[in-house]
Amino acid sequence: MIGAKRPDRRSAKLLTVDADGGMRQLPRAALASLFSPGDLVIANDAATLPASLKGIHCASGEPIEVRLAAWVSIRDPTRFAAIAFGGGDHRTPTEDRMLPPSLSPGDRLTLGPLVAIVEHPLDDPRLFRLRFLGDRATVLAGLARHGRPIQYAHVPEPLALWEVWTRIAADPIAFEPPSAGFAFDWHTRRVWRQRGIGFATLTHAAGISSTGHPELDLRLPFDEPYRIPEHTAATIRRAKTKDHRIIAIGTTVVRALESAANADGSVRAEDGVSSGRIGRETPLRVVDAILTGVHQRGESHFELLRAFADDAVLDQISEALGQHGYRPHEFGDSILIERHPCIARHYPTPNGGPTDNQHSCKGEIHRWCERQIYVGLSWAFAEAHRQMTLRGGGPP
Amino acid sequence: MSGNLGGLDALINSASTLGPTPLVPLADTECEELEQALIVNLLGPFRLTKALFGALAASAQEGRGAAVINISSDAAVNAYSGWGAYGASKAALRHLTAIWAKEAGAEGVAFLSIDPGDMDTPLHALAVPDADPTTLLRPEEAAAEIVRSLLAALPSQAARPAVHP
Repeated sequence: MIGAKRPDRRSAKLLTVDADGGMRQLPRAALASLFSPGDLVIANDAATLPASLKGIHCASGEPIEVRLAAWVSIRDPTRFAAIAFGGGDHRTPTEDRMLPPSLSPGDRLTLGPLVAIVEHPLDDPRLFRLRFLGDRATVLAGLARHGRPIQYAHVPEPLALWEVWTRIAADPIAFEPPSAGFAFDWHTRRVWRQRGIGFATLTHAAGISSTGHPELDLRLPFDEPYRIPEHTAATIRRAKTKDHRIIAIGTTVVRALESAANADGSVRAEDGVSSGRIGRETPLRVVDAILTGVHQRGESHFELLRAFADDAVLDQISEALGQHGYRPHEFGDSILIERHPCIARHYPTPNGGPTDNQHSCKGEIHRWCERQIYVGLSWAFAEAHRQMTLRGGGPP
Repeated sequence: MSGNLGGLDALINSASTLGPTPLVPLADTECEELEQALIVNLLGPFRLTKALFGALAASAQEGRGAAVINISSDAAVNAYSGWGAYGASKAALRHLTAIWAKEAGAEGVAFLSIDPGDMDTPLHALAVPDADPTTLLRPEEAAAEIVRSLLAALPSQAARPAVHP
Protein backbone atom coordinates (compact mmCIF):
# COMPACT_ATOMS: atom_id res chain seq x y z
CA MET A 1 0.00 0.00 0.00
CA ILE A 2 1.42 3.36 -0.91
CA GLY A 3 -0.34 6.08 1.04
CA ALA A 4 0.13 9.52 -0.52
CA LYS A 5 0.26 10.63 3.09
CA ARG A 6 3.34 8.60 3.80
CA PRO A 7 6.85 9.18 2.48
CA ASP A 8 7.73 6.69 -0.23
CA ARG A 9 10.05 4.04 1.17
CA ARG A 10 11.80 3.80 -2.19
CA SER A 11 13.06 7.38 -1.96
CA ALA A 12 14.48 7.03 1.55
CA LYS A 13 18.07 7.95 2.35
CA LEU A 14 20.74 6.16 4.34
CA LEU A 15 23.68 7.65 6.24
CA THR A 16 26.35 5.08 6.99
CA VAL A 17 28.88 5.68 9.74
CA ASP A 18 31.85 3.34 9.87
CA ALA A 19 33.80 2.37 12.98
CA ASP A 20 36.16 5.31 12.56
CA GLY A 21 33.36 7.83 12.20
CA GLY A 22 33.65 8.07 8.41
CA MET A 23 30.30 8.90 6.81
CA ARG A 24 28.68 8.12 3.46
CA GLN A 25 25.32 9.18 2.10
CA LEU A 26 23.48 6.57 0.07
CA PRO A 27 20.01 5.85 -1.19
CA ARG A 28 18.53 3.39 1.29
CA ALA A 29 18.09 0.85 -1.51
CA ALA A 30 21.89 0.52 -1.37
CA LEU A 31 21.40 -1.47 1.83
CA ALA A 32 21.36 -4.59 -0.36
CA SER A 33 24.96 -3.91 -1.43
CA LEU A 34 26.37 -3.34 2.08
CA PHE A 35 27.95 -5.82 4.51
CA SER A 36 30.31 -8.71 3.84
CA PRO A 37 29.74 -12.41 3.18
CA GLY A 38 29.15 -14.18 6.49
CA ASP A 39 27.74 -11.12 8.22
CA LEU A 40 24.38 -11.70 9.85
CA VAL A 41 21.48 -9.27 9.90
CA ILE A 42 18.88 -9.66 12.65
CA ALA A 43 15.45 -8.02 12.45
CA ASN A 44 12.40 -7.76 14.71
CA ASP A 45 9.39 -9.47 13.14
CA ALA A 46 6.80 -8.21 15.65
CA ALA A 47 3.63 -6.98 13.98
CA THR A 48 1.93 -3.92 15.43
CA LEU A 49 -1.30 -4.04 17.40
CA PRO A 50 -4.12 -1.59 16.76
CA ALA A 51 -3.27 -0.13 20.18
CA SER A 52 -5.22 3.14 20.10
CA LEU A 53 -8.79 2.89 21.34
CA LYS A 54 -11.30 5.71 21.52
CA GLY A 55 -14.21 5.63 23.88
CA ILE A 56 -15.93 7.08 26.91
CA HIS A 57 -14.94 7.27 30.56
CA CYS A 58 -18.26 6.20 32.08
CA ALA A 59 -17.92 7.99 35.45
CA SER A 60 -17.50 11.43 33.83
CA GLY A 61 -19.10 10.78 30.44
CA GLU A 62 -16.06 12.37 28.86
CA PRO A 63 -14.24 11.14 25.76
CA ILE A 64 -10.97 9.31 26.24
CA GLU A 65 -8.27 7.87 24.00
CA VAL A 66 -6.48 4.89 25.47
CA ARG A 67 -3.12 3.86 24.05
CA LEU A 68 -2.01 0.43 25.11
CA ALA A 69 1.64 0.90 26.03
CA ALA A 70 3.07 -2.23 27.62
CA TRP A 71 2.22 -5.83 28.47
CA VAL A 72 1.53 -6.86 32.04
CA SER A 73 2.09 -10.43 30.87
CA ILE A 74 2.74 -11.37 27.24
CA ARG A 75 0.50 -14.41 27.57
CA ASP A 76 -2.48 -12.39 28.75
CA PRO A 77 -3.93 -9.95 26.19
CA THR A 78 -6.58 -8.73 28.64
CA ARG A 79 -4.31 -6.61 30.87
CA PHE A 80 -2.09 -3.75 29.80
CA ALA A 81 -0.31 -0.66 31.00
CA ALA A 82 -1.84 2.21 29.10
CA ILE A 83 -1.60 5.91 28.50
CA ALA A 84 -4.74 8.02 28.29
CA PHE A 85 -5.52 11.29 26.54
CA GLY A 86 -8.65 13.41 26.71
CA GLY A 87 -10.66 14.58 23.71
CA GLY A 88 -9.09 15.63 20.42
CA ASP A 89 -7.16 13.45 18.04
CA HIS A 90 -3.70 12.61 16.79
CA ARG A 91 -3.43 15.79 14.69
CA THR A 92 -2.64 17.57 17.95
CA PRO A 93 0.95 16.74 18.95
CA THR A 94 0.87 14.46 22.00
CA GLU A 95 2.55 17.08 24.18
CA ASP A 96 -0.41 19.44 23.58
CA ARG A 97 -3.17 16.87 24.06
CA MET A 98 -5.76 17.40 26.79
CA LEU A 99 -5.39 15.43 30.00
CA PRO A 100 -7.79 12.52 30.32
CA PRO A 101 -10.63 12.63 32.86
CA SER A 102 -9.42 11.74 36.35
CA LEU A 103 -9.12 7.94 36.61
CA SER A 104 -9.92 5.96 39.76
CA PRO A 105 -9.60 2.23 40.43
CA GLY A 106 -12.71 0.43 39.23
CA ASP A 107 -13.70 3.08 36.66
CA ARG A 108 -15.28 1.64 33.52
CA LEU A 109 -14.20 2.66 30.05
CA THR A 110 -16.32 1.72 27.04
CA LEU A 111 -14.03 1.42 24.06
CA GLY A 112 -16.16 0.43 21.07
CA PRO A 113 -17.23 -3.19 21.65
CA LEU A 114 -14.79 -3.52 24.55
CA VAL A 115 -15.21 -2.63 28.20
CA ALA A 116 -12.12 -1.97 30.29
CA ILE A 117 -11.75 -1.47 34.03
CA VAL A 118 -9.11 0.85 35.47
CA GLU A 119 -6.98 -1.28 37.80
CA HIS A 120 -4.24 0.99 39.08
CA PRO A 121 -3.94 4.65 38.25
CA LEU A 122 -0.20 5.22 38.40
CA ASP A 123 1.71 8.24 39.63
CA ASP A 124 0.91 10.30 36.53
CA PRO A 125 -2.63 11.27 35.52
CA ARG A 126 -2.12 9.73 32.07
CA LEU A 127 -0.55 6.44 33.08
CA PHE A 128 -2.60 3.53 34.37
CA ARG A 129 -3.15 -0.17 34.22
CA LEU A 130 -6.35 -1.64 32.76
CA ARG A 131 -8.12 -4.95 32.42
CA PHE A 132 -10.53 -5.75 29.59
CA LEU A 133 -13.67 -7.68 30.42
CA GLY A 134 -13.97 -10.93 28.49
CA ASP A 135 -11.64 -13.70 27.43
CA ARG A 136 -8.59 -13.61 25.21
CA ALA A 137 -10.48 -14.24 21.94
CA THR A 138 -13.10 -11.57 22.72
CA VAL A 139 -10.46 -8.98 23.53
CA LEU A 140 -8.34 -9.70 20.44
CA ALA A 141 -11.45 -9.59 18.23
CA GLY A 142 -12.49 -6.30 19.85
CA LEU A 143 -9.03 -4.81 19.31
CA ALA A 144 -9.04 -5.97 15.68
CA ARG A 145 -12.45 -4.37 15.05
CA HIS A 146 -12.24 -1.15 17.05
CA GLY A 147 -8.53 -0.48 17.57
CA ARG A 148 -6.49 1.74 15.28
CA PRO A 149 -2.74 1.88 15.08
CA ILE A 150 -1.23 4.64 17.19
CA GLN A 151 -1.18 7.69 14.92
CA TYR A 152 1.35 10.45 14.45
CA ALA A 153 0.82 14.20 14.29
CA HIS A 154 3.14 14.37 11.27
CA VAL A 155 0.84 12.04 9.28
CA PRO A 156 -2.52 13.88 9.20
CA GLU A 157 -4.49 11.18 7.38
CA PRO A 158 -5.13 8.16 9.62
CA LEU A 159 -2.74 5.27 9.07
CA ALA A 160 -4.27 1.87 8.37
CA LEU A 161 -2.99 -1.17 10.23
CA TRP A 162 -1.10 -2.55 7.22
CA GLU A 163 0.80 0.72 6.90
CA VAL A 164 2.41 0.17 10.30
CA TRP A 165 3.37 -3.45 9.57
CA THR A 166 6.87 -4.10 8.25
CA ARG A 167 7.45 -6.58 5.41
CA ILE A 168 8.30 -9.27 7.97
CA ALA A 169 5.54 -8.50 10.47
CA ALA A 170 4.38 -11.77 12.03
CA ASP A 171 3.12 -12.00 15.62
CA PRO A 172 1.12 -8.86 16.55
CA ILE A 173 2.64 -7.96 19.92
CA ALA A 174 4.21 -4.51 19.38
CA PHE A 175 2.43 -1.31 20.43
CA GLU A 176 4.20 0.82 17.88
CA PRO A 177 6.02 -0.44 14.80
CA PRO A 178 9.64 -1.56 15.12
CA SER A 179 10.13 1.15 12.52
CA ALA A 180 13.77 0.55 11.59
CA GLY A 181 12.36 -2.56 9.91
CA PHE A 182 10.62 -0.42 7.28
CA ALA A 183 14.06 -0.29 5.62
CA PHE A 184 13.87 -4.03 4.98
CA ASP A 185 12.23 -5.58 1.94
CA TRP A 186 12.28 -9.02 0.34
CA HIS A 187 14.35 -7.83 -2.61
CA THR A 188 17.12 -6.83 -0.20
CA ARG A 189 16.82 -10.24 1.45
CA ARG A 190 17.26 -11.94 -1.92
CA VAL A 191 20.38 -9.94 -2.78
CA TRP A 192 21.83 -10.57 0.69
CA ARG A 193 21.24 -14.30 0.24
CA GLN A 194 23.03 -14.24 -3.13
CA ARG A 195 25.93 -12.39 -1.51
CA GLY A 196 26.20 -14.81 1.42
CA ILE A 197 24.84 -12.41 4.01
CA GLY A 198 22.72 -14.10 6.63
CA PHE A 199 19.34 -12.98 7.91
CA ALA A 200 17.30 -14.12 10.89
CA THR A 201 14.53 -12.72 13.05
CA LEU A 202 13.50 -12.40 16.65
CA THR A 203 10.27 -11.03 18.06
CA HIS A 204 10.38 -8.07 20.42
CA ALA A 205 7.24 -6.31 21.66
CA ALA A 206 8.26 -2.75 20.83
CA GLY A 207 6.51 -0.43 23.25
CA ILE A 208 5.19 3.07 22.95
CA SER A 209 7.85 5.50 21.68
CA SER A 210 6.70 8.76 23.22
CA THR A 211 4.07 9.81 25.72
CA GLY A 212 4.33 13.55 25.10
CA HIS A 213 5.30 14.03 28.73
CA PRO A 214 9.04 14.56 29.37
CA GLU A 215 9.03 12.92 32.80
CA LEU A 216 7.21 9.88 31.49
CA ASP A 217 9.44 9.75 28.41
CA LEU A 218 12.46 9.50 30.68
CA ARG A 219 11.13 6.11 31.74
CA LEU A 220 10.98 4.81 28.19
CA PRO A 221 11.43 2.22 26.95
CA PHE A 222 9.13 0.26 29.25
CA ASP A 223 9.86 -3.39 29.96
CA GLU A 224 9.46 -5.26 26.67
CA PRO A 225 9.01 -9.02 26.26
CA TYR A 226 10.93 -10.76 23.51
CA ARG A 227 11.39 -14.21 22.00
CA ILE A 228 14.59 -15.40 20.40
CA PRO A 229 13.96 -18.61 18.43
CA GLU A 230 16.42 -21.50 18.61
CA HIS A 231 17.17 -21.11 14.89
CA THR A 232 18.19 -17.48 15.36
CA ALA A 233 20.33 -18.21 18.43
CA ALA A 234 22.10 -21.00 16.53
CA THR A 235 22.72 -18.75 13.51
CA ILE A 236 24.22 -16.08 15.77
CA ARG A 237 26.41 -18.65 17.51
CA ARG A 238 27.80 -19.82 14.15
CA ALA A 239 28.45 -16.25 12.96
CA LYS A 240 30.20 -15.35 16.23
CA THR A 241 32.39 -18.45 16.07
CA LYS A 242 33.65 -17.32 12.66
CA ASP A 243 34.02 -13.74 13.89
CA HIS A 244 31.42 -12.39 11.48
CA ARG A 245 29.56 -9.20 12.30
CA ILE A 246 26.06 -9.06 13.75
CA ILE A 247 23.96 -6.21 12.37
CA ALA A 248 20.80 -5.30 14.28
CA ILE A 249 17.86 -3.68 12.49
CA GLY A 250 16.48 -1.38 15.14
CA THR A 251 16.96 -0.59 18.79
CA THR A 252 14.55 -3.35 19.83
CA VAL A 253 16.83 -5.97 18.30
CA VAL A 254 19.78 -4.53 20.23
CA ARG A 255 17.77 -4.64 23.46
CA ALA A 256 16.65 -8.25 22.93
CA LEU A 257 20.06 -9.56 21.85
CA GLU A 258 21.98 -7.80 24.62
CA SER A 259 19.41 -8.94 27.21
CA ALA A 260 19.90 -12.54 26.11
CA ALA A 261 23.68 -12.28 25.67
CA ASN A 262 26.09 -14.81 27.07
CA ALA A 263 29.58 -13.72 28.11
CA ASP A 264 31.04 -15.19 24.89
CA GLY A 265 28.82 -13.06 22.66
CA SER A 266 26.36 -15.82 21.80
CA VAL A 267 22.71 -15.43 22.82
CA ARG A 268 20.26 -17.69 24.57
CA ALA A 269 17.17 -18.88 22.72
CA GLU A 270 14.56 -17.74 25.21
CA ASP A 271 11.40 -15.89 26.05
CA GLY A 272 12.64 -12.94 28.09
CA VAL A 273 11.97 -9.36 29.06
CA SER A 274 14.37 -6.55 28.26
CA SER A 275 14.19 -4.06 31.06
CA GLY A 276 17.49 -2.21 30.87
CA ARG A 277 18.09 1.12 29.23
CA ILE A 278 21.09 0.76 26.96
CA GLY A 279 23.45 3.70 27.01
CA ARG A 280 27.05 4.76 27.07
CA GLU A 281 28.04 2.43 29.89
CA THR A 282 26.41 -0.65 28.42
CA PRO A 283 28.85 -3.20 27.06
CA LEU A 284 27.73 -4.58 23.71
CA ARG A 285 28.40 -8.29 23.68
CA VAL A 286 26.56 -9.29 20.54
CA VAL A 287 25.79 -6.43 18.18
CA ASP A 288 28.46 -4.88 15.94
CA ALA A 289 26.33 -2.40 13.98
CA ILE A 290 22.85 -0.93 14.13
CA LEU A 291 20.52 0.16 11.34
CA THR A 292 18.04 2.58 12.84
CA GLY A 293 15.87 5.59 12.19
CA VAL A 294 16.87 9.19 12.71
CA HIS A 295 16.48 9.94 16.42
CA GLN A 296 16.60 13.20 18.34
CA ARG A 297 18.88 13.87 21.25
CA GLY A 298 17.21 12.95 24.55
CA GLU A 299 15.05 10.15 23.11
CA SER A 300 15.77 6.73 24.58
CA HIS A 301 16.58 5.52 21.06
CA PHE A 302 19.27 8.19 20.77
CA GLU A 303 20.70 7.30 24.18
CA LEU A 304 21.09 3.73 22.95
CA LEU A 305 23.34 4.95 20.14
CA ARG A 306 25.87 6.07 22.77
CA ALA A 307 26.69 2.39 23.19
CA PHE A 308 27.84 2.41 19.54
CA ALA A 309 29.55 5.76 19.06
CA ASP A 310 31.15 8.38 21.23
CA ASP A 311 29.70 11.84 21.68
CA ALA A 312 31.98 13.49 19.11
CA VAL A 313 30.81 11.08 16.40
CA LEU A 314 27.17 11.41 17.46
CA ASP A 315 27.54 15.19 17.18
CA GLN A 316 28.90 14.83 13.65
CA ILE A 317 26.04 12.47 12.77
CA SER A 318 23.43 14.90 14.12
CA GLU A 319 25.01 17.71 12.15
CA ALA A 320 25.08 15.71 8.90
CA LEU A 321 21.47 14.57 9.37
CA GLY A 322 20.29 18.12 9.93
CA GLN A 323 22.36 19.61 7.12
CA HIS A 324 21.09 17.15 4.53
CA GLY A 325 17.46 17.10 5.58
CA TYR A 326 17.14 13.55 6.84
CA ARG A 327 13.57 12.83 7.98
CA PRO A 328 13.42 11.90 11.65
CA HIS A 329 10.04 10.20 12.13
CA GLU A 330 8.87 6.57 12.08
CA PHE A 331 8.59 6.53 8.29
CA GLY A 332 11.71 8.59 7.68
CA ASP A 333 15.29 7.91 6.66
CA SER A 334 17.84 5.53 8.14
CA ILE A 335 21.32 5.49 9.60
CA LEU A 336 23.73 2.60 9.91
CA ILE A 337 26.30 2.90 12.69
CA GLU A 338 29.18 0.50 13.13
CA ARG A 339 30.37 0.24 16.68
CA HIS A 340 33.29 2.52 17.45
CA PRO A 341 36.33 0.38 18.30
CA CYS A 342 36.68 2.45 21.48
CA ILE A 343 33.36 1.04 22.64
CA ALA A 344 34.62 -2.48 22.73
CA ARG A 345 33.44 -5.94 23.57
CA HIS A 346 34.51 -7.32 26.91
CA TYR A 347 34.56 -11.00 26.20
CA PRO A 348 37.44 -13.21 25.13
CA THR A 349 37.80 -13.73 21.40
CA PRO A 350 36.57 -17.14 20.21
CA ASN A 351 40.08 -18.44 19.54
CA GLY A 352 41.04 -17.81 23.13
CA GLY A 353 43.35 -14.96 22.24
CA PRO A 354 43.60 -11.64 23.98
CA THR A 355 40.34 -9.93 24.70
CA ASP A 356 39.12 -6.99 22.73
CA ASN A 357 39.55 -4.90 25.85
CA GLN A 358 42.91 -3.83 24.56
CA HIS A 359 41.13 -1.75 21.92
CA SER A 360 39.03 0.08 24.42
CA CYS A 361 39.51 3.51 25.87
CA LYS A 362 40.73 2.88 29.37
CA GLY A 363 38.31 5.26 30.99
CA GLU A 364 35.40 3.27 29.64
CA ILE A 365 36.35 -0.03 31.20
CA HIS A 366 35.57 0.62 34.83
CA ARG A 367 32.24 2.09 33.86
CA TRP A 368 31.09 -1.06 32.10
CA CYS A 369 29.90 -2.58 35.31
CA GLU A 370 28.01 0.53 36.33
CA ARG A 371 25.08 -0.10 34.06
CA GLN A 372 22.54 2.62 34.15
CA ILE A 373 19.83 1.58 36.49
CA TYR A 374 16.68 1.87 34.54
CA VAL A 375 13.68 3.26 36.35
CA GLY A 376 10.95 1.60 34.38
CA LEU A 377 7.34 0.85 34.40
CA SER A 378 7.82 -1.97 36.85
CA TRP A 379 9.07 0.64 39.27
CA ALA A 380 6.07 2.84 38.55
CA PHE A 381 3.71 -0.03 39.31
CA ALA A 382 5.50 -0.88 42.51
CA GLU A 383 5.54 2.75 43.57
CA ALA A 384 1.89 3.35 42.80
CA HIS A 385 0.97 0.19 44.63
CA ARG A 386 3.04 1.27 47.62
CA GLN A 387 1.38 4.68 47.69
CA MET A 388 -2.06 3.17 47.50
CA THR A 389 -1.19 0.77 50.25
CA LEU A 390 -0.01 3.70 52.39
CA ARG A 391 -3.28 5.49 51.73
CA GLY A 392 -5.17 2.37 52.74
CA GLY A 393 -6.45 1.89 49.22
CA GLY A 394 -5.50 -0.89 46.87
CA PRO A 395 -6.31 -2.51 43.61
CA PRO A 396 -9.96 -3.43 43.03
CA MET B 1 -6.62 -13.50 14.10
CA SER B 2 -2.89 -14.17 13.91
CA GLY B 3 -2.60 -12.91 17.49
CA ASN B 4 -5.06 -15.49 18.68
CA LEU B 5 -3.46 -18.35 16.76
CA GLY B 6 0.03 -17.60 18.03
CA GLY B 7 1.63 -18.17 14.63
CA LEU B 8 0.59 -19.20 11.15
CA ASP B 9 1.70 -22.24 9.15
CA ALA B 10 -0.89 -22.33 6.37
CA LEU B 11 -3.22 -20.02 4.51
CA ILE B 12 -6.00 -21.25 2.21
CA ASN B 13 -7.59 -18.63 -0.02
CA SER B 14 -10.90 -20.21 -0.85
CA ALA B 15 -13.53 -17.48 -1.17
CA SER B 16 -14.53 -16.70 -4.77
CA THR B 17 -17.15 -14.91 -6.77
CA LEU B 18 -18.44 -15.93 -10.19
CA GLY B 19 -18.92 -12.43 -11.50
CA PRO B 20 -22.29 -11.80 -13.17
CA THR B 21 -24.89 -14.56 -12.77
CA PRO B 22 -26.46 -16.06 -14.69
CA LEU B 23 -23.25 -16.24 -16.69
CA VAL B 24 -23.02 -13.75 -19.54
CA PRO B 25 -20.62 -13.21 -22.46
CA LEU B 26 -17.76 -10.77 -21.88
CA ALA B 27 -19.36 -8.26 -24.26
CA ASP B 28 -22.34 -8.14 -21.87
CA THR B 29 -20.21 -8.00 -18.70
CA GLU B 30 -20.22 -4.62 -16.97
CA CYS B 31 -16.80 -3.16 -16.23
CA GLU B 32 -17.74 -3.03 -12.55
CA GLU B 33 -18.59 -6.74 -12.59
CA LEU B 34 -15.16 -7.67 -13.95
CA GLU B 35 -13.59 -5.32 -11.42
CA GLN B 36 -15.52 -7.00 -8.61
CA ALA B 37 -14.41 -10.45 -9.72
CA LEU B 38 -10.77 -9.33 -9.77
CA ILE B 39 -11.11 -7.76 -6.32
CA VAL B 40 -12.54 -10.89 -4.73
CA ASN B 41 -10.65 -13.58 -6.65
CA LEU B 42 -7.27 -11.90 -7.13
CA LEU B 43 -6.73 -8.83 -4.95
CA GLY B 44 -8.28 -10.42 -1.85
CA PRO B 45 -5.87 -13.39 -1.80
CA PHE B 46 -2.97 -11.04 -2.70
CA ARG B 47 -3.71 -8.63 0.16
CA LEU B 48 -4.21 -11.36 2.73
CA THR B 49 -1.11 -13.28 1.64
CA LYS B 50 0.99 -10.09 1.69
CA ALA B 51 -0.21 -9.17 5.18
CA LEU B 52 0.55 -12.66 6.49
CA PHE B 53 3.75 -13.32 4.55
CA GLY B 54 5.93 -12.28 7.50
CA ALA B 55 4.12 -14.75 9.76
CA LEU B 56 4.46 -17.51 7.16
CA ALA B 57 8.18 -16.78 6.68
CA ALA B 58 8.67 -16.86 10.48
CA SER B 59 6.98 -20.26 10.64
CA ALA B 60 9.25 -21.53 7.87
CA GLN B 61 12.33 -20.12 9.60
CA GLU B 62 11.44 -21.99 12.78
CA GLY B 63 11.20 -25.27 10.88
CA ARG B 64 7.42 -25.63 11.01
CA GLY B 65 7.06 -25.02 7.28
CA ALA B 66 4.58 -22.70 5.63
CA ALA B 67 2.19 -23.04 2.72
CA VAL B 68 -0.33 -20.96 0.84
CA ILE B 69 -3.04 -22.73 -1.13
CA ASN B 70 -5.04 -20.77 -3.65
CA ILE B 71 -8.18 -22.47 -4.89
CA SER B 72 -8.15 -22.59 -8.66
CA SER B 73 -10.41 -23.93 -11.39
CA ASP B 74 -10.14 -25.49 -14.83
CA ALA B 75 -11.67 -22.18 -15.98
CA ALA B 76 -8.26 -20.69 -15.07
CA VAL B 77 -6.69 -22.81 -17.83
CA ASN B 78 -9.42 -23.36 -20.42
CA ALA B 79 -11.49 -20.66 -22.13
CA TYR B 80 -15.19 -21.37 -21.52
CA SER B 81 -17.84 -19.11 -23.05
CA GLY B 82 -19.69 -17.17 -20.37
CA TRP B 83 -16.97 -17.61 -17.74
CA GLY B 84 -15.00 -14.46 -18.67
CA ALA B 85 -14.90 -12.57 -15.37
CA TYR B 86 -14.39 -15.72 -13.30
CA GLY B 87 -11.94 -17.36 -15.73
CA ALA B 88 -9.80 -14.25 -16.19
CA SER B 89 -9.58 -13.62 -12.45
CA LYS B 90 -8.80 -17.28 -11.69
CA ALA B 91 -6.16 -17.37 -14.46
CA ALA B 92 -4.56 -14.30 -12.92
CA LEU B 93 -4.64 -15.92 -9.46
CA ARG B 94 -3.07 -19.09 -10.85
CA HIS B 95 -0.22 -17.10 -12.41
CA LEU B 96 0.20 -15.00 -9.28
CA THR B 97 0.52 -18.25 -7.31
CA ALA B 98 3.12 -19.63 -9.73
CA ILE B 99 5.26 -16.49 -9.55
CA TRP B 100 4.96 -16.26 -5.79
CA ALA B 101 6.01 -19.93 -5.56
CA LYS B 102 9.25 -19.05 -7.40
CA GLU B 103 9.94 -15.97 -5.30
CA ALA B 104 9.07 -17.46 -1.90
CA GLY B 105 10.74 -20.85 -2.34
CA ALA B 106 13.96 -19.51 -0.86
CA GLU B 107 12.05 -18.35 2.25
CA GLY B 108 10.59 -21.83 2.66
CA VAL B 109 7.01 -20.76 1.92
CA ALA B 110 5.26 -23.14 -0.53
CA PHE B 111 2.57 -21.84 -2.89
CA LEU B 112 0.08 -24.22 -4.52
CA SER B 113 -2.82 -23.85 -6.92
CA ILE B 114 -5.39 -26.57 -6.38
CA ASP B 115 -8.34 -27.19 -8.65
CA PRO B 116 -10.77 -29.24 -6.58
CA GLY B 117 -13.01 -29.97 -9.61
CA ASP B 118 -16.75 -29.38 -9.95
CA MET B 119 -18.31 -29.33 -6.51
CA ASP B 120 -21.91 -29.39 -5.36
CA THR B 121 -21.89 -25.82 -4.04
CA PRO B 122 -24.22 -22.82 -4.27
CA LEU B 123 -21.66 -21.18 -6.55
CA HIS B 124 -21.77 -24.11 -8.98
CA ALA B 125 -25.57 -24.07 -8.90
CA LEU B 126 -25.54 -20.40 -9.88
CA ALA B 127 -23.25 -21.12 -12.82
CA VAL B 128 -24.80 -24.40 -13.97
CA PRO B 129 -28.35 -24.55 -12.53
CA ASP B 130 -29.31 -27.79 -14.31
CA ALA B 131 -26.23 -29.85 -13.31
CA ASP B 132 -26.88 -33.34 -11.94
CA PRO B 133 -25.70 -33.13 -8.27
CA THR B 134 -24.78 -36.84 -8.27
CA THR B 135 -22.03 -36.12 -10.82
CA LEU B 136 -20.51 -33.43 -8.58
CA LEU B 137 -17.91 -33.78 -5.84
CA ARG B 138 -19.16 -33.21 -2.29
CA PRO B 139 -17.37 -30.18 -0.78
CA GLU B 140 -16.16 -32.14 2.26
CA GLU B 141 -14.41 -34.66 -0.02
CA ALA B 142 -12.73 -31.81 -1.88
CA ALA B 143 -11.73 -30.23 1.44
CA ALA B 144 -10.15 -33.47 2.65
CA GLU B 145 -8.12 -33.65 -0.56
CA ILE B 146 -6.96 -30.04 -0.10
CA VAL B 147 -5.87 -30.77 3.48
CA ARG B 148 -3.92 -33.82 2.25
CA SER B 149 -2.11 -31.63 -0.29
CA LEU B 150 -1.43 -29.05 2.40
CA LEU B 151 0.08 -31.59 4.80
CA ALA B 152 2.22 -32.95 1.96
CA ALA B 153 3.59 -29.43 1.39
CA LEU B 154 4.59 -29.02 5.06
CA PRO B 155 7.44 -30.85 6.82
CA SER B 156 6.28 -34.14 8.37
CA GLN B 157 4.94 -33.96 11.90
CA ALA B 158 7.82 -36.04 13.22
CA ALA B 159 10.33 -33.57 11.78
CA ARG B 160 8.63 -30.57 13.30
CA PRO B 161 10.09 -29.12 16.47
CA ALA B 162 7.95 -28.89 19.56
CA VAL B 163 5.77 -25.79 19.48
CA HIS B 164 5.98 -23.45 22.44
CA PRO B 165 2.93 -23.76 24.71
